[in-house]
Amino acid sequence: MSLDFQRSLPSYSSGAASSWYARIHVDPMLLLLITGVVLFGLVILSSAVDGNDALFYAQVRRMGLAYAALIIAAQLPPAIYLRWAPFIYLVGLGLLILVLVVGVKVKGSQRWIDIPGLFRFQPSELMKIAVPMAVAWYLQQRMLPPSLKHTLFSLLIIAVPAFLIGVEPDLGTSILVAGAGVAVLLLAGLSWRWIFGAFALIAAAAPLLWQFVLKDYQQQRILTLFDPQSDPLGAGWNIIQSTTAIGSGGVFGKGLYQGSQSYLDFLPEARTDFIVAVVGEELGFVGVAFLLTLYLLIIARGLFLAAQAGSTFGRLVAGALVMTFFIYLFVNIAMVSGILPVVGVPLPLVSYGGTSAITLMAGFGIIMSMRTHKAW
Amino acid sequence: MLVELSIKDSGREQEMFIGRAIILFALVVILFATLVARMLTLQVVEHETYQLRADNNRTQIQTLAPSRGMIYDRNGRLLADNQTSFSLAVVAERVEDIEDLLSSIIKILSLDPQQVEKIRAELAKRSRTDAAVVILEALSEKQVSLLAVNRHRLPGIEVMSHLVRSYPMGSIAAHAVGSVRRLTKEDLQTVQPVQYRGSQFIGKRGVEAFYEKSLHGKVGYQKVETDAYGRVRRVLDVQGAQTGQNLILHLDSKLQAVSVDALDGRRGAVVALDPATGGVLAMVSQPSYDPNLFVSGISPSQFKEISNSIYVPLFNRAVNGQYAPGSTFKPVVGLAGISSSTTDWKETIDDKGWFKLSGQERVYRDWSWTKDDSGGQGEVNLNRAIYRSSNVYFYDLASRMEVNSLLSFARQFGFGRNLALDIPQASSGLLPTPEWKRKVKNQPWYPGDSVNLGIGQGDLLATPLQMAAVAATIANRGKVVRPKMLMSGDPSIDEMIGVDEPLQIVGISEEDWENMVDSMEDVVHRGGKGFRGNGTAWAYIGQNIGYRMAGKSGTSQVVEINQGEVYDEGKLSEFRRKHAWFIAFAPVDNPTIAVAVLVENGGGGSSVAAPVAKAVIDAHLAKDIARIR
Repeated sequence: MSLDFQRSLPSYSSGAASSWYARIHVDPMLLLLITGVVLFGLVILSSAVDGNDALFYAQVRRMGLAYAALIIAAQLPPAIYLRWAPFIYLVGLGLLILVLVVGVKVKGSQRWIDIPGLFRFQPSELMKIAVPMAVAWYLQQRMLPPSLKHTLFSLLIIAVPAFLIGVEPDLGTSILVAGAGVAVLLLAGLSWRWIFGAFALIAAAAPLLWQFVLKDYQQQRILTLFDPQSDPLGAGWNIIQSTTAIGSGGVFGKGLYQGSQSYLDFLPEARTDFIVAVVGEELGFVGVAFLLTLYLLIIARGLFLAAQAGSTFGRLVAGALVMTFFIYLFVNIAMVSGILPVVGVPLPLVSYGGTSAITLMAGFGIIMSMRTHKAW
Repeated sequence: MLVELSIKDSGREQEMFIGRAIILFALVVILFATLVARMLTLQVVEHETYQLRADNNRTQIQTLAPSRGMIYDRNGRLLADNQTSFSLAVVAERVEDIEDLLSSIIKILSLDPQQVEKIRAELAKRSRTDAAVVILEALSEKQVSLLAVNRHRLPGIEVMSHLVRSYPMGSIAAHAVGSVRRLTKEDLQTVQPVQYRGSQFIGKRGVEAFYEKSLHGKVGYQKVETDAYGRVRRVLDVQGAQTGQNLILHLDSKLQAVSVDALDGRRGAVVALDPATGGVLAMVSQPSYDPNLFVSGISPSQFKEISNSIYVPLFNRAVNGQYAPGSTFKPVVGLAGISSSTTDWKETIDDKGWFKLSGQERVYRDWSWTKDDSGGQGEVNLNRAIYRSSNVYFYDLASRMEVNSLLSFARQFGFGRNLALDIPQASSGLLPTPEWKRKVKNQPWYPGDSVNLGIGQGDLLATPLQMAAVAATIANRGKVVRPKMLMSGDPSIDEMIGVDEPLQIVGISEEDWENMVDSMEDVVHRGGKGFRGNGTAWAYIGQNIGYRMAGKSGTSQVVEINQGEVYDEGKLSEFRRKHAWFIAFAPVDNPTIAVAVLVENGGGGSSVAAPVAKAVIDAHLAKDIARIR
């Protein structure tokens, strides 16, 4: 039955070999949806840069690079990813340790490795892809659903980099990396009993986490979430201003380039993490709903492609990357609209900045690769 | 591993994956729904709350301070105007580290320690963190440009331009025009605080104080859009401020300057009135101060010097200096004698140089009395008593008069009251009555008190302004006019009291007035008749004069130090000397000016004060003549 199911699927590798997108291993529908978000993002960014055209064009160039990353990632066959997954993971771990030793501190957080005269990069960014890949690599050799032993080892694979990133500190990326790894476990058929058990354990441990793990400023962010007015000029400022921006947009928004909150600099980080507030203010609920719809379609299409991947490894990696994308956007929008505490997570494909866009697009390239290359 | 692989069922794994993917997608949809619900709450349900919040964020109401009305003299010369001044302000709310900011400012402007201390004092005074606190005033153009260049390094500072008061005449007209001072918290309790939002100054002295309401104008508002840093990006709505009323004063700034020159550095006062209207043509009090100092910020040492000076430059002698009028009071006593029929123009007495009340031992002496008793003016009637200034005649006359009739007659001339319409701070002087004496000194009124009152001594006190009014009343032949600074009768000037009906002194005939005017004319013009025949002032001012002037000299004894001013012991001899008075008006037949001159501790009225009065009247008439031609 399963073989019949497989056979009934349309195959890019056979039959339609003449189509251009099959030859370059991209999924046209997913690419179209992604491009929709990218264009929407550039339009909003053109408002958020507030006349600083240089920033806008820098972002356009970065998006070009990101597309290139997608295309390249799509060309590499899944076998390559499978072979290299453990090595990339180990190299990534090495770099994460290195960054804590020789990394460059920016805004109080040690996330960057600087190669003078060449470039600067964040090893943690690499781990967003390397961790789910490593977990998938580990699990694809085992019986699924995973046994307790395999689950615990997978959690170890996840926890080590998540911890290293957490101490940089970069809570946002740590969450994304952990989320990506856990997504693999979930998709691999982790027992529901364990999932609920873990939830119960986390809930029970929450007070301890609060006391011993979270730092003062992180505690403050959570407290602020419940009562932003308690510190309106400090920690609460961002939330007050972003909810004000979104709320004042109403159903249809104030019009593109008309947002007073962002234009008058009340909205902090309007170009980067808080850009969805600009969408809400200028384009209103309609604009936000449109963007959310695009995102949801990308997730649906991504999961659909993942389900059709030619191998368990491919399915797990592709599915986890789609879930990472979801965690990205959910954490970001929930934070900006005031239902989650402030963590530094950009809005995928929309926020100003190159690193996350390139990683995300490479991720989409990998998803496409998993689906479009010959079964192996 | 191979064993495991061999039993792995790819199809089952895919099925399981699809199952899990569907569940996760369902979770994704639920979380998306949460986001949508949150957005709906913010953007639809609570939209108005956030709309209001965004508007409150971006819009602010700013006050627009009105520019203060100008003050002109009668010839359109500026006495007080407004000039642009730049000051440096700090909005504490926007400053991260005030000490950092201060040290940057000190470095950029290279301020000296004294200025730094002042800045710290200003900062300590601030009450609101969101309001701009002025820390440095009257910036030079170089300082303004230095601040502009370095602005990005100095968050929270603002260079503000505003209009400040400027007094082109400086110290010359300080006591006449008055001055403004920096607004204090106490001031805000006396005015409508709303009107003074954005105002920095308030009229504190003189005309500036009395006409404060009209000069100040009405505050305006503007609605502005500001960014998160409080910078104004757009003006949305303006309701302009209403500029204060311009005032035109009776004051003649040239006459004012001439009066200062005539006093020639001596302490004293000159008041010149227009007898027809009571308008103040000149009001000088010397020494004076520069009112501009109070605007641009006076240093503590400067202020200490001014306020601690034993010569009290801040004290307006013209309206607040209270002195015994001495012989300048004699015309009033003489007219009182006429009105009460105690004497007439023919009655004579024999002035031997001294006077005794019957049955009393005390001897009251004439100013001409000598040790060998050779003084005295001889046969004296009222006319001669005026131009020779006989004390004995007036001792005798006052002793024979009912004291209350003398007092009520004098009261009509303004003694013991402030007749001025718009100089509320002017002193009333003192017209001692038996009731007053019983109450204050707990003593009865002795006949000797009347005797002293007859020559303007004793407890009687009058200001130069009051004595100028006396001169104007005699010049008007009994018509009393109330002194006033303001000339323009603009009905929109609230403080101007309506029409003042001139009063007429009762009980004196037209002929009596002419006789008194003639007697006072003799004081100046009767000359060449030997020592006991000449007017007292003739020798000093009567010999080279191109018009007819009536006057009366006075030399008042300084028995006690007046006005409750505390003088330095060491200087006491200087302050024990007699005060020199002269009151005058001219031209006699159609007077256009009435003057009172007081020179503190100056000596003889005729020799010291009369030449000052003449210089003032000369200048006034020369101009009048020039104008007619």
